[in-house]
Amino acid sequence: MAGMGGRMSTVIKAKISRLLDRAEDPGETLDYSYTKQQESLQQLKKGIADVVTAKKRLQLESKKHEQGLVKLDTQARQALAAGKEDLARTALERKTAIQNELQSLDQQVTELEAQQQSLVEKEAKVRQKIEAFRTKKEVIKAQYSAAEAQVRISEAATGVGEEMADIGLAMQRAEEKTENMKARAEAVDELEAAGTFDDLTQLGGGKDDIDRQLEQLTSSSEVDDELAKMKAELGAGSGGEAKQIEGGQ
Amino acid sequence: MIVRIATEGQYRVPDDQHERLNQLDNEAVAAVEAGDEDRFHAKFEEMLELIRAGEEISDDDLEGSDVIVPPPDTTFAEAAADFTGEGLIPG
Repeated sequence: MAGMGGRMSTVIKAKISRLLDRAEDPGETLDYSYTKQQESLQQLKKGIADVVTAKKRLQLESKKHEQGLVKLDTQARQALAAGKEDLARTALERKTAIQNELQSLDQQVTELEAQQQSLVEKEAKVRQKIEAFRTKKEVIKAQYSAAEAQVRISEAATGVGEEMADIGLAMQRAEEKTENMKARAEAVDELEAAGTFDDLTQLGGGKDDIDRQLEQLTSSSEVDDELAKMKAELGAGSGGEAKQIEGGQ
Repeated sequence: MIVRIATEGQYRVPDDQHERLNQLDNEAVAAVEAGDEDRFHAKFEEMLELIRAGEEISDDDLEGSDVIVPPPDTTFAEAAADFTGEGLIPG
């Protein structure tokens, strides 16, 4: 049944064999090939550890941004209390945008968690294949002529190699996901930095690019609702005429 | 024949399923080319189910695969990048 496999398989096989080329050279001597397998296994372990580290860092980042949300919320209240509704609206728009970004960041972290789990399972599988290879190699060496042993062992090495390349592919995907998430976390960083103002008086009424983008990003009704809620909380009693606080003195 | 679902594992699938698998593969790739995301996922999922119905290959088995299909979490964008490039698809 040579030449079997559809178009997808052809593409994926090409990918796998590219990874395989990197992982080991089929022409290598038999014992050396086992050593190579052990080395690849070490690399896999390191790769998994890297994914875990990156994931943890992102979780910390995520926590940090959650604190940023609290800060923006406080600032919106302060701005509103000072009668600066525009400023309050900007803060709330940024808060909503960051909230949305954080939500998908968290979702991706969960996905990465699942991927990490499956990498660990695959690593165990590869280890078992390598062990099977070692046993089989000895049996073949004892039972067959040198030439035939060479053929049979290199067939077995291909099987191990495919498994290695496959976990390599899984690792690559996990790393790509991590990279995407890092970029996302950085974008949230920027958003947060742009929206966090230490001195409220420094912000004028003019709208910059980020403001305009934010208005498109965030659902204005969401912001309106929150603004109304804040007003109600702050202005209960004064009839909502917050501007008087500013100009009344 | 032995089929590997990339990043998942290998399965022994009866040879008489080969035609069906090939057909689904063509339909999935056609869906990608037509930009039909839902149809791609439906066809690809059907393919995976067909393969998973086979017998899972044990961890100490060292056979290479006859067919390798993409990872189960392949996104439409990834599929589009992989399966519509001219150089990658043989006649």
